[in-house]
Amino acid sequence: MIFKSSRIISLTFFAALILIPSLIVVLGSFKTDSEVYNKPLSLPENWNLDNYQRLINESELEISFRNSVVVTLLSVVFTLLFASLASFAIARMITISGKVLATLFALGLAIPAQINLVPIYYIFRDLGLTNSFFGLVIINVTTTLPISIFILTAFFREISRDMYEASEVDGASPLRIYRSIALPLSRPAMGATAIFLFVINWNDLLWPLLLIQESDKKTLPLAMLAYRGEYFVSFSMLFTAVMVASLPMVIMYLMMQRSFIAGLTAGAVKG
Amino acid sequence: MGAPALILFLAFYLYPALQNLQFATRRWDGITEPENVGFRNFTNLLTNDDLFYKTLGNNLEFTFLVVIFQTALALIFAVFLVKNSKVNIALRTLYFFPTILSSVSVGMIWLFLYDPNFGAINLFFTKVGLPSFALNWLGSESSALYAIAFSQVWFHTGQMMVVYIAGLQQIPKELYEAAEVDGATRWKQFTSITWPMAMPTTLVVMAYTTIQSFRAFDLIMVMTNSTAGPNNSTSIFSTLVYFTLFNELRLGYAAAQTIFMVATMVLITWLQRRAFGGRYEK
Repeated sequence: MIFKSSRIISLTFFAALILIPSLIVVLGSFKTDSEVYNKPLSLPENWNLDNYQRLINESELEISFRNSVVVTLLSVVFTLLFASLASFAIARMITISGKVLATLFALGLAIPAQINLVPIYYIFRDLGLTNSFFGLVIINVTTTLPISIFILTAFFREISRDMYEASEVDGASPLRIYRSIALPLSRPAMGATAIFLFVINWNDLLWPLLLIQESDKKTLPLAMLAYRGEYFVSFSMLFTAVMVASLPMVIMYLMMQRSFIAGLTAGAVKG
Repeated sequence: MGAPALILFLAFYLYPALQNLQFATRRWDGITEPENVGFRNFTNLLTNDDLFYKTLGNNLEFTFLVVIFQTALALIFAVFLVKNSKVNIALRTLYFFPTILSSVSVGMIWLFLYDPNFGAINLFFTKVGLPSFALNWLGSESSALYAIAFSQVWFHTGQMMVVYIAGLQQIPKELYEAAEVDGATRWKQFTSITWPMAMPTTLVVMAYTTIQSFRAFDLIMVMTNSTAGPNNSTSIFSTLVYFTLFNELRLGYAAAQTIFMVATMVLITWLQRRAFGGRYEK
């Protein structure tokens, strides 16, 4: 009895704690500021897209949205490519090189990337990689490699040995085995890793803040941080920006809840 | 085949990590000639820097609170939602939802909720007749850090709950059935089956939450700012490093701070393993 009622009360409370702020943001993006402040939970007096119109006209969020798409896609694609190649090498070639790779990337899991804040800033400045998408993609790929390799290696190891050996007898090169056996079989793992990487890269603030200053190179989270400064008093505009920045993720989440949850927890359970 | 990954990793992960050790022994603004100062950055941090100690204290308090509350809530909700019924799956999806948002978005949402003049929290307290609870949440030294810790727990509890559910579903059902036959209460079942059996998951959740709490950088940047709240009350290591690097242009000093940051992180995770791990490891 105590269990049942405390279960219902706490579950309802936490559900409300997530639903209410979400509703305030969604409704608020269609409201005026005074409506947001006085009746945050009521429906807008008249539904209109004025805030969205204003956001597009007055801010550079559109550019940063595009920047974020480019940087995120490139980062995810190259991380997946490099990580899957390395994982295949680690899982298949149990030679010295495979072991060295495994140890090195395990070291990467142990050292948090934040220790590199200062040297990365300095190295990238000297290489001319600040204010550049290329630089941002490099750092995104590098910092997410260890965890991606960790997830993918586990999957490549699970593929049965017979599959590999049969193709080796046929004289297939390692690259061919990677392409025609390992990759197709590991599609679920690649999908989960892709989602994990997508969310991390899309939402990242730390590296863009360190490396990007020019306003036309800013990614979405960085532009939003600047926008906060400009519109500090207008929460309806901030909510509209939150909507625009979150919508792609929310749509993908609603369409593929299972893969999202699997991907984002695979990243967490790195031990 | 591992060459591209290896090159990137060596050039932009391992090499900088080693270089950071060298930076930490310099006095340098990043432009003029660096000056070698040996261990003076470290001794300065330890003996002559109040902000450093304040930051250390804040960071420890923040991490402690977030780890305790987030782990406890995640476990409680996981126990409540472990069965795969329709309602439970819907609730899991809802609880997990904040995890997919960017920390900038989460920061902005809570910036509004906490706002002293316009925010929904104070509006609520005023409406229900408790205006004395309407505080300047982010603007006052005594509450700012706790307010951000609360947002952090809101942000990631769902994610850790899912990790717990995966762990709880591994526990053999026979154990609970046998306990029920013996007439064990739910609480007894929890303390003698669920808690010890879920201990490996608990260690993973606590370690991950610890690392996550050190990354609350983004939330703090949005909800307070890089000078970290009223009287530095929300300064944690990552905001301190950023401030030293960009506002003070002291690269060497910032490098020394990152070393303390990582050492603290490793130490906390190690202590958690010592405190909880030993008793249950085979």
